[in-house]
Amino acid sequence: MKQGNAVLSVDKLSKTIGKRKVVDNVSFHIDQGEIFGFLGPNGAGKTTTIRMLVGLIRPTSGQIRIGGYDLQSQYLQAIRQVGCIVENPECYPYLTGRENLELFTRMVDTIPTERIDEVIEFVELDQRIDDPVKTYSLGMKQRLGIAQALLGNPQLLILDEPTNGLDPAGIRELRSFIRKLADEKGISVFISSHILHEIQLLCDRVAIIHEGRVLTTERVKQLVNRPTFVEWHLDPIEKGKDVFEQLSYISHLDIQADQGKVLVQMPPDKIAATNQHLVENQIQIMRIHPHQMTLEDIFLQITGSDTIV
Amino acid sequence: MSNLIYNEMIKMIRKKRLLVITLILIVLIPIFTYAQYKMLQNTIKNVGSSNWRTILQQQIVDQQNRLASSRVPEEYKHLIKLNIQQRQYYLDHNINPNAPGAPTFVRGFVEQGISLFLPLLVIILAADIVSSEHSLGTIKLLLTRPVPRWKILLSKYIALLLNISFVMILTILLCYLISGIIFGYKGWTFPVISGFQSKGEELITDYVHVLPQWKYILMAYGLAWFICIVIGTLSFMVSVLMKNTASSMGVMLAALISGNLLEQVAHSWPALKYSAFTHLRLTDYLAGNTSLIPGMSLPFSLTVLSAWAIVSLVIAFATFTRQDVLT
Repeated sequence: MKQGNAVLSVDKLSKTIGKRKVVDNVSFHIDQGEIFGFLGPNGAGKTTTIRMLVGLIRPTSGQIRIGGYDLQSQYLQAIRQVGCIVENPECYPYLTGRENLELFTRMVDTIPTERIDEVIEFVELDQRIDDPVKTYSLGMKQRLGIAQALLGNPQLLILDEPTNGLDPAGIRELRSFIRKLADEKGISVFISSHILHEIQLLCDRVAIIHEGRVLTTERVKQLVNRPTFVEWHLDPIEKGKDVFEQLSYISHLDIQADQGKVLVQMPPDKIAATNQHLVENQIQIMRIHPHQMTLEDIFLQITGSDTIV
Repeated sequence: MSNLIYNEMIKMIRKKRLLVITLILIVLIPIFTYAQYKMLQNTIKNVGSSNWRTILQQQIVDQQNRLASSRVPEEYKHLIKLNIQQRQYYLDHNINPNAPGAPTFVRGFVEQGISLFLPLLVIILAADIVSSEHSLGTIKLLLTRPVPRWKILLSKYIALLLNISFVMILTILLCYLISGIIFGYKGWTFPVISGFQSKGEELITDYVHVLPQWKYILMAYGLAWFICIVIGTLSFMVSVLMKNTASSMGVMLAALISGNLLEQVAHSWPALKYSAFTHLRLTDYLAGNTSLIPGMSLPFSLTVLSAWAIVSLVIAFATFTRQDVLT
């Protein structure tokens, strides 16, 4: 009954809640060992999509296949391939970390009890595992959440906004966990986020969702190479302007002579070549400052409007 | 499946629900025991004798006086008349209806507690059994395991039934052990009369039989257990429908208390006999206390209660297996 090589394939998925189309005709797929980002602002339909992927919500239409099994008709086989944290990493606060894991292990016959110690070691929670969960920090709850998601040896790990509420150290730690999972165990990871930077650092491919629709699915490398704004502080400005005007890849030019800078829109991988070009024309360059591309910038480019809220 | 039930039992114990109920019983039973003792002392003082026959005779006289009063409503007069006949029957057959002893207290406790106190304990157990998973967010962890949803709900229901049964046994044990300190531990074999029926104002004694008290207690707790399961099942459904523990507990309490109150007016509003909450005093059928609502019988009550329980279960399972988990 297995079909296809993708670990997860989503085909024309839609969900209507009340009169609102929360998810509209979403399709994408995730290959083995791939870290896939699901990027969109809050309220774009990310969580609803994730809830459909793990069987918490019934799709209005469309198909989800996990490890080749159809999630509707072969629910148990399909969901066996998945480990997930939906929204917050919740566990029973009145039980200890180990008791929580034991509880979830008992729910599935195929998980041997030794597996509990393996996952505890993997998420490095051995020190506090026998303490009640209510005494855990958010970072530790997050790690316990990942531990429970890994119990069933999943092929696909689904994480909904995993860095929410974590401090920078916690975020770095989480990133290294996820990389380790994908690289060492070949697990595919699906991560949703509303922060471009986060996806950029971690993911191989990304789908951008807005108002329930997927706007684009591309490689992260491609995405970050979209034209961005770069500030050039140079002297003399007029001469610099002439040089920029000759370059074909520059799409927008804004002279701010009083501040001694030129703002141009260009692909970031052309910065070095542009710099060389300016130097060859005897222009002094004081500073090059590429603007950090934000999700808003990409939305602006893709939709050509500023409807993002 | 046994693993799932085991999980639910662990949650129940570690949530300290059973501990709370045990504590409630340990605090309240001594209070009731003392109240009972005080009441007995008072009656003896008023009647001026500790002989039960004298007390019973005095009670009959008191009730006859009440009958003479014009302020007593007609339907209550009817009840009093039957009550007098019943007391007379006890006198005629030389059986003390309230022979002191721990087993008599155990019997009195279930007769008094069946309509409010025991269902209350059950609501504490059942009201958050599903809704707490929603408020903790753990429902997402439960429902993303390779286990069908109906199995998860069934394991919760079975765990609830086990807990209810445990609470019933605990109630008997604690009542017996605590009240025995004052009343003594004897009395399991005292005779008790059961099977009174009434037809109009006539007490029918054709089906009356004398049983040893332990047998009566067993039957009474059997009925109480049934009531608790029905109330538990209703709370269980409410817990599935409401994702908030406080409101699911509130709904059940409101229904329970209004059921107890409405029972008083049910003689003028017969449709109330189809509500589950006006049938809670099942032990009245054993004791022969006549109900205010005409046309009620034990089989009728059991049928109404069972129907409510079955419909609740169907609604609970249908909802739980289909619902979208949005929160």
